[in-house]
Amino acid sequence: MIRITGVSHRIGSAAILHDIDLTLPRGKLIALIGPNGAGKSTLLRLVARLEPLQQGRIEVDGLDLAATPTERLALAMAVMGQQTHIASRLRVAELVGFGRWPHHRGRPGAADRAAVEAALEAFGLAPLRHRFLDEISGGQAQRAHLAMTFAQGTDWLLLDEPLNNLDMAHSRALMARLADLVRGSGRSVVTVVHEVNYAAAWADHVVAMKNGRVVAQGPAEAVLTEPVLSALYDTPVEVARHDDRPLVLHHHWHDQLGTPFPEAPDAARPTVH
Amino acid sequence: MTARPLVAGLVLALLVLASLGLGAARIGPDAAAGEGWTALVLMESRLPRTLAVLLTGAALAVAGVVIQSLVRNRFVGPDTAGTGESAALGLLAVTLLAPGAPIWVKMVVASLSAMAGTALFLQIVRRLPVREVMLVPIAGLVLSGIIGAVVTWVAWQADLLQFVGTWLMSGEFSGVIAGRYELLWVAGAAAGLAWFAADRFAILSLGDEVATGLGLSTRGVMRLGMVVVSVVSAMVVTTVGMIPFVGLVVPNIVARIMGDNLRASIPVVAAGGAGLLLACDLLGRIVRHPYEIPVGTILGVVGSGIFLWLLYRPPAHG
Repeated sequence: MIRITGVSHRIGSAAILHDIDLTLPRGKLIALIGPNGAGKSTLLRLVARLEPLQQGRIEVDGLDLAATPTERLALAMAVMGQQTHIASRLRVAELVGFGRWPHHRGRPGAADRAAVEAALEAFGLAPLRHRFLDEISGGQAQRAHLAMTFAQGTDWLLLDEPLNNLDMAHSRALMARLADLVRGSGRSVVTVVHEVNYAAAWADHVVAMKNGRVVAQGPAEAVLTEPVLSALYDTPVEVARHDDRPLVLHHHWHDQLGTPFPEAPDAARPTVH
Repeated sequence: MTARPLVAGLVLALLVLASLGLGAARIGPDAAAGEGWTALVLMESRLPRTLAVLLTGAALAVAGVVIQSLVRNRFVGPDTAGTGESAALGLLAVTLLAPGAPIWVKMVVASLSAMAGTALFLQIVRRLPVREVMLVPIAGLVLSGIIGAVVTWVAWQADLLQFVGTWLMSGEFSGVIAGRYELLWVAGAAAGLAWFAADRFAILSLGDEVATGLGLSTRGVMRLGMVVVSVVSAMVVTTVGMIPFVGLVVPNIVARIMGDNLRASIPVVAAGGAGLLLACDLLGRIVRHPYEIPVGTILGVVGSGIFLWLLYRPPAHG
């Protein structure tokens, strides 16, 4: 269980998160959703210790983030941020192999090699294993990066918009892989999802954020409703059913082409690179 | 594939033999064993010189890998980051303030000063826009120029210009004899330390987010890298002077061939640096035999040629 208590965060003078209290259950595929600038990436990055915690307390399976050595945390959670371009000239299998480094710290054993093989297989990367990262496509490199976090073999997996460079088939395959990881091996996944329908199709638990606050959370069925989503995104949406899961539809409003964009509450926020 | 290391080892061995055999005094393999004068030339001059070149080349090339992974930019080397000039500044300061200090004190001061210069360079690089790749080497060159100018000015004021000239001018090995190169073993040891921590540097090059996710203490690795680069630079600059390009081009060539898995590539980088420097040193000894051209000058020509070739090759995809 991840327990977030009283977490606030500022970047410069802009308040990004306001006093967040949130508990993320174990053994679930959890999606963080919300409009641009809601603070979902920042919250995930704080949990992943990619940003220093300014205020509040975060515990991952009882480990206090502020008091636990980073190498210990690497055995509890694997992380993939949005900085997915890797400039190093590594072969795919070498990159995935670094996912095991927290376990062996330089001396890989049989279990480590097996985990790397499994991760390569799971992401369809076995044919690319000897290729250099700068010789494959951006989507393939991103899959290699994801495979590295899988190979890390932690109970928690934290992903910041992992679908960014993936096409439809690979997006679906990744979400299915995450769901499989949760349902098959009891692991826990927290992912920021930009396209709400991926949350609708795959998530067990949804956290909806807006303006630095959690506005709704709970089972996907309870959060992905017309009133919650319409208010969350400031645009009317319709929620249908498809494959016995919610399916979010929004209208294109061709007759209202002149309407301005919704007011951006985060105009002052610097872009996160 | 399997023949490659063998061929490389053979080339290096031939270079070493040539270096032991070549010099103003003629010594032949028939006279190698036992003869008093021959043994003297060999043990006091040729062998130390050859070892000095090998150690310097290997250590500088490894320091190049390390600084390139610290700043995540392939276009820098230990000679273009202000490190050597900072070492010279420290040495100049200790020479002025405590001329009687023992040699180890001077070396520690030079290393610490080099470390401060490297830290300054890293601070500057952190503030540069990430996408402006070419700003990093330019910042390094500007910083080197500024610190070098301070060294020259202070030395000029103190009438020590000739003294600092031996550090800042292009390096050469003609003065190396037994007893005057042994500090380079320290540089070699520092490079060995880099190999010991090779995985950490490789992970650091993957970016802060990945390194943090894998539980690497990035600050600790940065510090270790600074120690390696600074100690290597300080020992080399104070023993033989500035040696350009080795730390820049060798890591680039090796990365093109075998990638950035540093655990595997650092030994190759070290051998490549040693081989390149020894080849250039031999060339400098042959061209105007029995006179010499400093290896730094030879490298200026050879190294810039290689570097231009690296720059103008079509970039790899991505």
